Amino acid sequence: MPLRIEYGESGITAYLDGELDHHSTKPMREDIDRAIERVKPKELTLDFKDVTFMDSSGIGLVMGRYRSMELIDGTLKVRSASTHIRKVMKLAGLDRLASFE
Amino acid sequence: MKPQNEMKLMVLSRSVNESFARVAVAAFISQLDPTLDELSDIKTAVSEAVTNCIVHAYRSDIGTIYITVKLFEDNRVRITIKDKGCGIEDVEKAMEPMYTTSTEGDRAGLGFTVMSTFMDKLRVRSRPGFGTTVTMEKKISKK
Repeated sequence: MPLRIEYGESGITAYLDGELDHHSTKPMREDIDRAIERVKPKELTLDFKDVTFMDSSGIGLVMGRYRSMELIDGTLKVRSASTHIRKVMKLAGLDRLASFE
Repeated sequence: MKPQNEMKLMVLSRSVNESFARVAVAAFISQLDPTLDELSDIKTAVSEAVTNCIVHAYRSDIGTIYITVKLFEDNRVRITIKDKGCGIEDVEKAMEPMYTTSTEGDRAGLGFTVMSTFMDKLRVRSRPGFGTTVTMEKKISKK
């Protein structure tokens, strides 16, 4: 199922859902990169509200998108990450890179 | 100490099996009445170990992942994830945070860091050309 991506004035929001592991993040990565390539947004928001699980492949997804946005002088925002997901992100120091909502 | 209960699972190293492996281990451990946090921690650690078998041990081949879960009287869980893949040349280096030999996109190199942080014990034994065995332990709190 393709990712739900919303396009707004300031940027784009990708609504991640389900489990973020090595298997599931591959198509998500492609969907988001395609949108970034097309729109070149000022800001990318990754919404984690419906994410039920995440391992370090999810960290790879966020880090890779952070780098993609850096390349176009844009910013990355992480939104609505649950306690467990924030715990995994903290391991990678992601809480220091992207801004959290 | 002999385990009170034990389960063995074999799956092919297909990425679609990552979710199943997590859920199978979690389902078996639920008899110890773990908290949601303990279950999340264990599922994440298992996910990392199984992903390592798929991404690194077997790379573009398909091999078998051998998962064993043992439950002990003192509420300890021991999970062993074994492969017969390429093995790790330098285990210490592999376990360094953010070190990865993967050429696949977006690998964070944090698999072992997650395992050692979320579990109480982690041991990695490997023999290049023969395979790797990852053993992890966690004590589930008694209620």
